[in-house]
Amino acid sequence: MEALTAHLSQLGHGLVTTVELTVVTTVGAMLLGIVVATLRIAPVPLLRAIGTAYVEVFQNLPLLALLVLFVFALPTIGITFPLFTSAAIVIAVYEGAYLAEAIRAGINTVGVGQAEAARAIGLTFGQSLRHVILPQGLRAVIQPIGNICIALLMNTSLAAAVGVVELTQAANNVNLVEAQPIAVFTGAGLAYMLLALIIGQVTGLLERRLAIVR
Amino acid sequence: MVSVRGLHKWFGPLHVLKDIDLTVAAGEVVVVVGPSGSGKSTLCRCLNRLETAGQGSIEIDGEPLPAEGRALARLRADVGMVFQSFNLFGHKTVLDNVTLGPTRVRRIARPEARQQAMALLERVGIADKANHHPAQLSGGQQQRAAIARALAMQPKVLLFDEPTSALDPEMVNEVLDVMVSLAKEGMTMIVVTHEMGFARRAADRVVFMDDGRIVESGAPDEFFAAPRTERARDFLSKILQH
Repeated sequence: MEALTAHLSQLGHGLVTTVELTVVTTVGAMLLGIVVATLRIAPVPLLRAIGTAYVEVFQNLPLLALLVLFVFALPTIGITFPLFTSAAIVIAVYEGAYLAEAIRAGINTVGVGQAEAARAIGLTFGQSLRHVILPQGLRAVIQPIGNICIALLMNTSLAAAVGVVELTQAANNVNLVEAQPIAVFTGAGLAYMLLALIIGQVTGLLERRLAIVR
Repeated sequence: MVSVRGLHKWFGPLHVLKDIDLTVAAGEVVVVVGPSGSGKSTLCRCLNRLETAGQGSIEIDGEPLPAEGRALARLRADVGMVFQSFNLFGHKTVLDNVTLGPTRVRRIARPEARQQAMALLERVGIADKANHHPAQLSGGQQQRAAIARALAMQPKVLLFDEPTSALDPEMVNEVLDVMVSLAKEGMTMIVVTHEMGFARRAADRVVFMDDGRIVESGAPDEFFAAPRTERARDFLSKILQH
């Protein structure tokens, strides 16, 4: 216990970084997910192909490999970002592929008649999507989106591998000093659990509040 | 107002519309009848390009139907459509269903759009349901809301694709009454239906389709009293014997 209390500020900084990384990445991944899901149902074949390629590439590579590639390979061709930014970009791009598939599943639950009615009153493809299809499609997959957000939270710990001092890395640093892995990583684990529970609660709340009257 | 020339439509190898010619004047009410699978719904859906024509030309108010994009969206705004299964937007209230098109497509300010929408809901008799969601309404009320949604765009022509086929019998009349009053007020209407009573009461012309062709076309009195073709006689004998 003392191993934790003696390093509260260090661990606290790590926790804050984890939360920041999770929030920034979730927002980015949601936006990417919506764009890519839209590409995958676009009326233009080329756009659909781009959407499919995106999902196939980023779903089928390990996140750790992507992180290492981005952080250590890009600088060799002259592109560098701060570490936090790099990690945020890579995780958002990676989770965006998973979110895109969940969102596409949601879009597929919306009856074809809804899109026809939207087009029949003169809405463009983009307007139909924004005002009719997505609001209903997203509501259908709030729960799976919540699950992906929890997975995203856990995946932020991989940022430790490329030098971001988030919660896992902070715990690791503390453990190097204290050599009490059980106490330190149990403490960090409980913090992750708490964050995941919060995401779960928010998901449940959204699902109840936004339910469509049927 | 609507002019169709030499329209053909294929679904794969299936030839569902065969050389359709149809002209509908402004203010005219044309009822399209025929056995199921005769192509009536497909014809209706071709008129606002929910189905693309395989061959032939369609003009609305003198303008050829645009292929896609914003021009097509603009045209659809002028061609109202009422569906068999209502297709109200499930996540929006009835009022928001009606104001969506006017505010987003016509760019009418929200207070004005709401006012117009309430007037339309009043007219179709469901003003008290304005703040309900579609699932809280009966089928007949939903279809009347859908008609209000189509009318809110102030369309040049209204298409009805079997508007009463999904309704319980006791709700059919409340929808037909709205349609008859629209017809009387001079709305240009193309109505695909099995309601022969509506055709008698409100149609200027009945078009009979069979196997993808327009087989017969004439005033309702003549069509129902003395159909000229064997196919029409056969069809009418099957549906009017009750």
